Amino acid sequence: MTKKDIANWGNYPVIESDEKSVSFTNDIQQYAATTKNFIARGNGRCYGDASLAEQTISTLKYDKILSFDTEKGILECESGLTLDKILEVIVPKGWFLPVTPGTKFITVGGAVASDVHGKNHHVDGSFSAHVIEMDVILASGEMITCSPSAYTDLFWATCGGMGLTGIIGRVKFDLKKIESSYIKQKQVKAKNLEEVIRLFDEYKHYTYSVAWIDCLKKGKNFGRSILILGEHAKKDELPDNKKKEPLKLPAKKQITFPFTLPSFVLNTFTVKAFNFLYYGKNFKKEINNVVSYEPFFYPLDAILHWNRGYGKKGFVQYQFVLPLERKQGLVELLQRISDQGLGSFLAVLKVFGKQDDLISFPMEGYTLALDFPVRKGLFEFLDQLDQVVLKYGGRLYMSKDARMDPSVLKAGYKRLPEFMEIVKKYNPEARIRSVQSDRLALTTN
Amino acid sequence: MPSTVLILGATSDMAVALAKKFASKGHNIQLAARNADRLKPLQSDLSIRYNITSSIHEFDAVKFEQHQSFWDSLSPKPDITISVMGYMNDNDKVIADQNETLKTIHTNYSGPVSILNIVANDYSAKEQGTIVGISSVAGMRGRQSNYIYGSAKAGFTAYLSGLRNKLFHQKVHVLTVLPGFVYTKMTEHLNLPKLLTAQPENVADAVYKGVQKKKNVIFVKWFWRWIMLIITSIPEFMFKKKKL
Repeated sequence: MTKKDIANWGNYPVIESDEKSVSFTNDIQQYAATTKNFIARGNGRCYGDASLAEQTISTLKYDKILSFDTEKGILECESGLTLDKILEVIVPKGWFLPVTPGTKFITVGGAVASDVHGKNHHVDGSFSAHVIEMDVILASGEMITCSPSAYTDLFWATCGGMGLTGIIGRVKFDLKKIESSYIKQKQVKAKNLEEVIRLFDEYKHYTYSVAWIDCLKKGKNFGRSILILGEHAKKDELPDNKKKEPLKLPAKKQITFPFTLPSFVLNTFTVKAFNFLYYGKNFKKEINNVVSYEPFFYPLDAILHWNRGYGKKGFVQYQFVLPLERKQGLVELLQRISDQGLGSFLAVLKVFGKQDDLISFPMEGYTLALDFPVRKGLFEFLDQLDQVVLKYGGRLYMSKDARMDPSVLKAGYKRLPEFMEIVKKYNPEARIRSVQSDRLALTTN
Repeated sequence: MPSTVLILGATSDMAVALAKKFASKGHNIQLAARNADRLKPLQSDLSIRYNITSSIHEFDAVKFEQHQSFWDSLSPKPDITISVMGYMNDNDKVIADQNETLKTIHTNYSGPVSILNIVANDYSAKEQGTIVGISSVAGMRGRQSNYIYGSAKAGFTAYLSGLRNKLFHQKVHVLTVLPGFVYTKMTEHLNLPKLLTAQPENVADAVYKGVQKKKNVIFVKWFWRWIMLIITSIPEFMFKKKKL
């Protein structure tokens, strides 16, 4: 066996692992039954240490489409298939992903294991809400089909369960009907945090909404932002030149971030300049236009390897959610981030709708995601932020996490003991485990 | 009418890449492997993604006696036949176990020759068709680390060359593919040099182009031709002392 260095999107941490690729279900079963200390791994787009372990089983070659009901909009596929490949197949037939995160380079297995959310969470919930059924290959090698009505404990512990119940095999989920591949977009500038929160409420009937916040602004412009709203454009809402081919796939325009930037390039000054340009590009208070789904959902996918911009030491993404009624916590957290000046290219704010699942991250409230390049003092600072998040009844997203203390997880996820019981039931010897699950004391010997 | 491509040994990574490439160009695909059940996901995938017809067939390279009936059962007969089957194990294990030795020889040489003879007879009678054989640069010179596999591939390469010579007069095209290192499940445990190693998709692109342009022998990455030229030029009295 040869070991190789692997890391997820944040390039932190980097660990040595034996990676094995599989293409067939029975090979996965055999692997599970005979391997110790392993975790399933898709495209490595979670940020922290979730899909890292001594042994990893790569599902990227386990990526076949098994059925596609173009009448009812139901897709069935193997877990290693990535969302970008799905879009290429379903969009021309008038269907879209029911939920998509900000990158299309994740696998379906990853979407389930992280129970990903998108800009439409307040309307459509997270990915698990659309899963009809799935196969999970347990550590014993046994394969179980679970759904919201069969093996429900396994189903709910697998949605958002970070791969600890077993290896996700086949997934069957429903799609969203669309008339065109375009999005009717509205962008509204908000002077400060208070205004953007008000605007979220004012525009809550929009299917898609998200805001980009400049966290370095102080005083009366504290929390200035751009709220981005969208609806799938109906055929008759398209400009004439797009009407002919309403379901056209966007052209592939991608550039690659060519090398890893030295870590010092990112500093308060450059981040401020970026945010200034980003905010300043919207000259008017409000912009309305029709754009392809690509720039609307996946603006950063156009730059392959954008994570290299954060330097060799990597970065962590910090994403928390606070309950709706505790929005003053948002002010306190943003204040601390702004005071610290540790910088973040992107701070993304979103209002979640109701959700109360076993171990999934979303709950009704405000979620904010920020990137921090790894440097001295960062983890101590984030430990302080954790306490503020907990004080306001919030919690952190495991898919982004590389450093939180087990006590923070426990305090944030009220049903954690129940989740751990189910993991123990289906993965009794904890042979399925990751660097993250060990760090968070979810798996112990 | 769209043409049909038969892929022999369809469970490998290279076969999957080839099937996708030809399907994406509108060809119907016949997938053949020892364990046809394993091909069902790929079959549905190709049909859904590329809107083509795809079928699966039970085929075992070392069950020579079944090769004729396998070919007879195919309908329609494929216009292009690609032999991707191959088997490589650690050379020390292969020489220590006669079953492994024979399995290596039969999967890489006797099996392909047995089935391609049948295909060649059919194509030559019709005076049309294309045969693609995926051989290996390992067959260009025997090395101590891989000589059972290498010698079987050497035999296969020589077979393809002779077949091309014979079938040229019957307007049948024979393409020999000599991929260098390729990242596949078969080579995952090896530490391959990044610069010299191709992806299965590169092999598929090269084969598709080679078929279009009626090439004779292709290497997937151009420099392999020169690497192998050097390796084959080393005098034997020196080569035998090397640890290769």
